[in-house]
Amino acid sequence: MFDFSAFFDHFDEILQGFWATIRLAAASAVLSLIIGTLLASFRVSPVPVLRSFGAGYVNVVRNTPLTLVLLLCAQGLNDTLHLTFSESSSTTYYWWAVLGLSGYTGAFVCETLRSGINTVPLGQAEAARSIGLTFTQSLRMVILPQAFRSVIAPMGSILIAMIKNTTVAAAASYAEVALVSKTLLDAPTFTGGAIPLFIGVAVGFMILILPTGFFFGWLAKRMAVAR
Amino acid sequence: MTDSEGGPDLTKGEGPEDAITQAAATGTGPLVVVEHVHKHFGELHVLKDINLTVDRGEVVVVIGPSGGGKSTLCRSINRLEPIDGGRILVDGKELPKEGKELARLRADVGMVFQSFNLFAHKTILENVTLGPVKVRKQGKQESEKHAMELLERVGIANQAAKYPAQLSGGQQQRAAIARSLAMKPKVMLFDEPTSALDPEMVNEVLDVMTGLAREGMTMIVVTHEMGFARRAAQKVVFMADGQIVEENTPDEFFTNARTDRAKDFLSKILTH
Ligand SMILES: Nc1ncnc2c1ncn2[C@@H]1O[C@H](COP(=O)(O)OP(=O)(O)O)[C@@H](O)[C@H]1O
Ligand SMILES: [Mg+2]
Repeated sequence: MFDFSAFFDHFDEILQGFWATIRLAAASAVLSLIIGTLLASFRVSPVPVLRSFGAGYVNVVRNTPLTLVLLLCAQGLNDTLHLTFSESSSTTYYWWAVLGLSGYTGAFVCETLRSGINTVPLGQAEAARSIGLTFTQSLRMVILPQAFRSVIAPMGSILIAMIKNTTVAAAASYAEVALVSKTLLDAPTFTGGAIPLFIGVAVGFMILILPTGFFFGWLAKRMAVAR
Repeated sequence: MTDSEGGPDLTKGEGPEDAITQAAATGTGPLVVVEHVHKHFGELHVLKDINLTVDRGEVVVVIGPSGGGKSTLCRSINRLEPIDGGRILVDGKELPKEGKELARLRADVGMVFQSFNLFAHKTILENVTLGPVKVRKQGKQESEKHAMELLERVGIANQAAKYPAQLSGGQQQRAAIARSLAMKPKVMLFDEPTSALDPEMVNEVLDVMTGLAREGMTMIVVTHEMGFARRAAQKVVFMADGQIVEENTPDEFFTNARTDRAKDFLSKILTH
């Protein structure tokens, strides 16, 4: 039962699966930070339409299961409505997975960042406005840099959750490591035990995630704003 | 600069209408005109028909009990607070309601806060250069050179590379003054600039402000520092319950106030 030979027999495929996971996680990390920052900016903006849009988006997306979001992207928008990114279906599925995961994670990034914005004293924004910065400039140069620094640690937790959530992208037909593992297990030729495979994949995730956690912990200490 | 020079008769004064046409026509009229200004916070009527004229180079001290509307008046002048009625002109122009134009004109009105409000994530030098670079679109080098001159002048050039939290309160407030000056404002507003300071740091800030007044900066200063008012101001405005109760020269005001309300207030602060 604890015979890892099957795991190592398929090591190449599993590594490729992990590589797909990493590509998905990296792109989604960047995109979800961008989406979350935009949404947070909308939610604090003086323009009521933007504020409503931000609030509406966050409340809908945050309360929808990720599997549904990804299925909507892959099967709804891609398969049914034929909105594609490229000729190659695997590239298209990749980008739908990135978009779905980022759109979903972005809602959480937004709310975390908004709590960070609330830690920035009101006087900072007033001083920014009093030297003639516009709302967008104040946000970009004074408020968000301080807000980000105060939420680095929780932002790390969101990214870690996001890395684990990449496994749900299997639902969007994207062949990341969970889907690779399932395909291996389902194959009639697969003779090894399931447990060694699970353990191997779990260890792989720990290798990805532990350094991420340490990195964010270190960054949070280093970047803290003294008041 | 002494009070014996007299100055305009403040009880009569010229009508604000005259003042505005003059400013628009020649650019030499009063620098700040506050005209029938009202402001509410919900039910609370915080500014009740405020009228105030500040000439070029004039230093006006605003004094009065807490909650009287002094901060609100300052914040209305550079539109950190919108007003409900009346109008406020700076150098003959009304500040626009919103947007980029407001931001640009607001930079002409410097503001120094009780709690300094230096940008906590930027060094002192970066605090001073941010506005000139991003708002006035000056080059970085030129802005830094000017910033260093200003920091030199307020006596903290050697702190330029530090972060605000590493400075004492007095140093932070002087840095905040330099940040405002870097925008080359037409008028500076000070909202209780020394109230948050330990007593031994009050004078280093007041000295900088007195120097500015001597050089002809137009200033509106909310403060209870009588010494500063006598030394630097031409006019004292006593505000209570959202109204201007008395306008007077500093000497007259502190020795021989006209209104009972002001006398009562002075007797309270002078016993300390
Ligand atoms: N943002 C605000 N919302 C509601 N009430 C306010 C606000 N700012 C000030 N006030 C009220 O307006 C009145 C005047 O305040 P303020 O201008 O700060 O007075 P001062 O500076 O003379 O102490 C006070 O009663 C205060 O509680
Ligand atoms: Mg006040």
